[in-house]
Amino acid sequence: MNKPDKVLIIGSGPIVIGQAAEFDYAGTQACKAMREEGVTSVLVNSNPATIMTDEGVADVVYIEPITVEVITRIIERERPDAILPTLGGQTGLNMAVALHDAGVLEKHNVRLLGTPLEAIRKAEDRELFRTMLEEIGEPVPLSMIVTDEASARAALDRIGLPAVVRPAYTLGGTGGGIAHSLDEYARIVEGGLRASPITQVLVEQSLLGWKEVEYEVMRDAVGNVITVCNMENFDAMGVHTGDSIVVAPSQTLSDKEYQMLRSASLNIISALGIEGGCNVQLALAPNPETTPWAVEPGRVLPPYYVIEVNPRVSRSSALASKATGYPIARVASKIAVGRTLDEIPNAVTRKTTAAFEPALDYVVVKIPRWPFDKFPFGDRALGTQMKATGEVMAVDRTFEGALQKAVRSLEIGGRSLLWEDPAWKEGHDERPLHPTDERLWSIMAAVRRGADLTALSRQTGVDLWFLHKLDNIVSMEKRLLAEPLTPALLRRAKRLGFSDVQIGTLADRLPEQVRGLREQWGIRPVYKMVDTCAAEFDAATPYFYSSYEQENEALPEPGKKALVIGSGPIRIGQGIEFDYCSVHAAWALGRAGYRSIMANSNPETVSTDFDTSDRLYFEPLDEESVRDILENEAGGGEDADAELPASIVQFGGQTAINLASALHAAGAPIIGSSSETIDLAEDRRRFEAFLGELGIPQPPGAAVLQVEDAITTAATLGYPVLVRPSYVLGGRAMEIVQNPTELARFVQQAAEVSRGKPILIDKYLEGKEVEVDAICDGERVLIPGIMEHIERAGVHSGDSMAVYPGVHLTAAEVDVIVDYTTRIGLALDVRGLMNVQYVIMPPESAAGATSVYVIEVNPRGSRTVPFLSKVTGVPMVRAAVHIMLGQSLREQGYEGGLWPRQPLVAVKAPVFSMSKLIGVDTYLGPEMKSTGEVMGIDATFPAALAKALLSADLALAPGGGVLLSVADQHKTSLLPMIHHLHDAGFRLYATEGTAGMIGALGLPVTQVTKRLQGHPNVLDVIQDGSVTCVINTPEGRYTGTLRDGFYIRRAATEKRIPCFTSIDTARAAVDALVAAMTHRGAGPAYQVRPLAEYRDGGA
Amino acid sequence: MSDALLVLEDGTAFAGDALGARVRAHGEVVFTTAMTGYQEALTDPSFAGQVLVMTYPLQGNYGINRDDIESRRIQARAFVVREDCDTPSHWRSSGTLDAYLRENDIPGIAGIDTRALTRTLRTAGVMMGTLTHDETAEQALGRLRDLPAYGATDFVPWVSAREAYGYADDGASAAGGRHIVVLDLGVKYNILRVLHRLGCRVTAVPCHTSAEEVLALAPDGVLLSPGPGDPALLDYAMQAARGLVGKTPLMGICLGHQLLGEVFGARTYKLKFGHRGANHPVRDEATGRVYVTAQNHGYAVDDAGLDADVVVSHRNVNDGTVEGLTHRREAVMTIQYHAEASPGPLDSMYLFERFLAMVGEAAPTTAASGRRA
Repeated sequence: MNKPDKVLIIGSGPIVIGQAAEFDYAGTQACKAMREEGVTSVLVNSNPATIMTDEGVADVVYIEPITVEVITRIIERERPDAILPTLGGQTGLNMAVALHDAGVLEKHNVRLLGTPLEAIRKAEDRELFRTMLEEIGEPVPLSMIVTDEASARAALDRIGLPAVVRPAYTLGGTGGGIAHSLDEYARIVEGGLRASPITQVLVEQSLLGWKEVEYEVMRDAVGNVITVCNMENFDAMGVHTGDSIVVAPSQTLSDKEYQMLRSASLNIISALGIEGGCNVQLALAPNPETTPWAVEPGRVLPPYYVIEVNPRVSRSSALASKATGYPIARVASKIAVGRTLDEIPNAVTRKTTAAFEPALDYVVVKIPRWPFDKFPFGDRALGTQMKATGEVMAVDRTFEGALQKAVRSLEIGGRSLLWEDPAWKEGHDERPLHPTDERLWSIMAAVRRGADLTALSRQTGVDLWFLHKLDNIVSMEKRLLAEPLTPALLRRAKRLGFSDVQIGTLADRLPEQVRGLREQWGIRPVYKMVDTCAAEFDAATPYFYSSYEQENEALPEPGKKALVIGSGPIRIGQGIEFDYCSVHAAWALGRAGYRSIMANSNPETVSTDFDTSDRLYFEPLDEESVRDILENEAGGGEDADAELPASIVQFGGQTAINLASALHAAGAPIIGSSSETIDLAEDRRRFEAFLGELGIPQPPGAAVLQVEDAITTAATLGYPVLVRPSYVLGGRAMEIVQNPTELARFVQQAAEVSRGKPILIDKYLEGKEVEVDAICDGERVLIPGIMEHIERAGVHSGDSMAVYPGVHLTAAEVDVIVDYTTRIGLALDVRGLMNVQYVIMPPESAAGATSVYVIEVNPRGSRTVPFLSKVTGVPMVRAAVHIMLGQSLREQGYEGGLWPRQPLVAVKAPVFSMSKLIGVDTYLGPEMKSTGEVMGIDATFPAALAKALLSADLALAPGGGVLLSVADQHKTSLLPMIHHLHDAGFRLYATEGTAGMIGALGLPVTQVTKRLQGHPNVLDVIQDGSVTCVINTPEGRYTGTLRDGFYIRRAATEKRIPCFTSIDTARAAVDALVAAMTHRGAGPAYQVRPLAEYRDGGA
Repeated sequence: MSDALLVLEDGTAFAGDALGARVRAHGEVVFTTAMTGYQEALTDPSFAGQVLVMTYPLQGNYGINRDDIESRRIQARAFVVREDCDTPSHWRSSGTLDAYLRENDIPGIAGIDTRALTRTLRTAGVMMGTLTHDETAEQALGRLRDLPAYGATDFVPWVSAREAYGYADDGASAAGGRHIVVLDLGVKYNILRVLHRLGCRVTAVPCHTSAEEVLALAPDGVLLSPGPGDPALLDYAMQAARGLVGKTPLMGICLGHQLLGEVFGARTYKLKFGHRGANHPVRDEATGRVYVTAQNHGYAVDDAGLDADVVVSHRNVNDGTVEGLTHRREAVMTIQYHAEASPGPLDSMYLFERFLAMVGEAAPTTAASGRRA
């Protein structure tokens, strides 16, 4: 195959559950690979918070909606000779199919690289998939569609018991189950048919309790095939692999089983003809001889089944890449442009090629990071729908060590494996042993209470091998409780992954005392290399993990160096933006002649790519690990006076910034804003006094520690008030509170989250919210841009749509904001980045001026840094890092003040994953809920807005139906929207109050009843497709989940139609619709151009 | 706690926990990077005379079973692991690794930094070592120096069959199939299983069997098996190999390949630390295709002296070493790696079919049918 000259790479769009930072990693590697191969890369992605959309990574960058129309226009303009969709997740593959079906690829003679179209279809279509596997002799589990009693009988005959019954199209899969007996089968099928709106259920062979194993395989165009890695799930079949604890390599498979499944995976990638990477998921019988779930006598089950194939780079391949050091996406990209595996050098060993299989000499454990710390009322049960937003990975030479380090990496309120829910103490049955986000801890609790491991294994489906390992951990807990600490015991505990904090808890010592004993007894971690080859070759990778072993391979990096502390797992409130900042920090260090050292625990990201920094430590981001790394870099603690290298804490989100005071206390130097500056900004009491001295207004409020103080304070301020803990990100446990009863509850909740730190109570000001990021060097403050929020204050800034530049701000308001930001930056003595959030209140009288209040200052890189860096062209992180290293803004060529306004408008819109989180209320409030973001950029506000809405799946098309149900205080704002919607051909549906208002306007409206009061009710019109969007604003802020509003929002979410819960977002969407209608016939409603062209303002 | 000591020839000592039998043992210390298949590796006769180090840290996870054996007993002299599992979990498991070592009177050591050990062997090359429980490192080293070097000993007679035997794992011999005679220099059972599964009647003969004796069995083809040690020590087996070339189709695997290489004029030499694992890439020079192979060898064929009629059919992608030979005129094919897998990838099984195809062409009338499994 001849090599293409120009390749279009499709990104995966916003971060959502199931499609996260792994595709930024994949896309970035693809761009690098293209450059190495001399191929021009054109990249399109709607997600600005990615490294792949950095100019300098791809040759041409489009931050545009990923739609057929937009990509067609890019193809027409760029004329690529090929398209590479396999690095952009399911979004990329779907787009490839859509472009093909629309005839675009053929028309413009664009070749599809990586995975043939047929293979995409075969992997997607259940029937084609089955046929293909049967043709190559690979077993697939049986399943049949059942619509009535007769087909139910036929399915039973064919599939046998137990069987899984899944009703079609029911909300959250309700009405299904597993049938073990004939009676159960009849009952569940009948119930399922009744629950399904189309009277249809899928009956599937049950593989519950089978081992789930994955293989990452690669194939090149000449047919060479290799396995990169296999992985075994701690959780047996039944839990989505993205929600499973995963171990690499497999631990309980014999060589015969390992090779059998490996061969099956290679057969499949060969049959699909994939040129690149592929993920194969298999179910392996845990015991074919005595399977309790075995079918009738005489019927022999195959030893394994093929469950799923992803004909592309996936989340698992990112994990496999980090687990082995084998860069799957990079190799897949090179294969896609015609390289064979044995032509591609192994970047790790630099001696061998990509045609080999990595050999691991360590254990890797991945644990998903779930959002239930933010959504305690969500359904925590794990099943076939993935719920995790991110994941952590840990590496060690023992399973126990890797597991415990992974738990520490999760950063769930400092929770170790010792944690137990107080409710579990009562009885055995209280512990949820069915799959939930807390099952690992409940199994630990059961082991701790002496549960029979064999029975526990049968009950949970977790292999006995894993339970024995947990038992080893429990035995050590008991020894630490009972025995005096000795060097041997302490070393043994460290080998099993116990942290100093855990050991301190069990052995009744302070963590610092445990650390002191370790120093005294010479018990320090060594660092081993991830080298793809189990030390067979002398590798050059600077990729390390800690272990309590003999030989240290990570000798201190020579010369000037600094440690960048990453941001850990992707979670709501701390997303990929912080990884973007960490990566840029490493690059900036390199540019300044420093050796960059990265510490992070997230396998999905670019920051943990081994060639992002000069050295990578894959470690938990807690005090112990970071201090160990620093000491190792200072010479391994041999020399007590050796100077610790500097740490950078302002790019890793709250994870890194929260380490500042501990590192400072331990004598570790922090470059950039000092720990004192950070504390001043984060400690509300001190910050309030500080702003007061500067004469900068902030909403009246106070910091309190007790419920009683909270109630007194709120009474003085007047309700509503905003309650939140200090030192948290993403608005965790933040609420707008209307009365003392609610207040008491929230203060309680907030107190748990903030753990001894004060709780903040502010007067709630519902004004226009404005946000700025600034760079300070102690003498000057550079403000790259000002962003105005579409939603008024009260919606978390991460969930708001933000517009650059502040198109609706007056010159006077801009001046005030620049003045306040500059004074705050200088007075706080910020060195590096800072983010300030303001609220602008309308004048109290017609003649008065607006007032600007500071709501929040964050002395660190913020969520909007990548967005603002891209639209303004100011390399914010680089400038900040150079300041930390002693170069002033002026020396870098920048003056202070507001950076010139760019000739463009950019709108950042949040993206949610609510359809995947059953039971979570979707209304926008002060607690952040979005998982990702998109950007619309254009020359005008309406065009940029239209693109942002399109990318966020919030764009309205004329002629649909809209359900209106808004709180009384929003009815006036709704009036103009109603007219616009009617004019755009929308059918109007409304609940009683709203319908009355519409009727009074003389417009046609269909009144619907409340949920339980007849038909058609609010849910009917959503579920039967009558309405194509919903505008629903909650009555009062804290709404019980039993109210109609909750059900309306959930139904709209599950139907995947736009649901506006802020009147401001709805207005923006309706305005965009009106603009589009007005524009109709006057050519395309928006431009499609490379990012740089918008900034240049060129026509 | 440490109650076992591994002492290397260069004086490096690792203190760890005793595993298996509490007896002393010595041998050439070698490492394998295969992540699964410890039972197959332990029973692989090619590890005779060697102290086997597993680079994957957790061993014994799925226990020991009656089936995954490649010879009648553990062949390695001693076993070195980071961590052994005393609570294995597998439906086929009938015991622990520790008990299995004890039953075979083989010592082991656990709890040492096997990666550090591997790096030592990689840097300095493989060397002799001894495992002890009741000596100081100095004492053990002194004893080790008086022991014969690995390369000076012919281990083949120790692992080869004493008498010829027919192989049929299911009791049914493939009466109509081709008759393949395997010269057992330390054969792995899986070679016999695979040939049998492919419909062959298999006879294994002891290592000292001459070419004439082999040919007297009227084979349709002969397979020269893998085995332990320096091929240069095996004059008797090389004589047999020489006598078979041109008389019957030949397949040589590993040691069998090295012997045929010597027959064809090549020299063999010792690799610094060998190739042992399940991930070695081999390129088929005829097609350019690369296969991931199972390997276990410390010696290799130097192609410099090879006869003009002999073609290097396969090469190692990593270091370019010779991985297979074919002959332009005679029915001979050899491979340095383990097509029979066990442990390791199954990707090269097709070579047995290729061999049988060669057998079929060479002797189209000897077999009752061309039956293939």
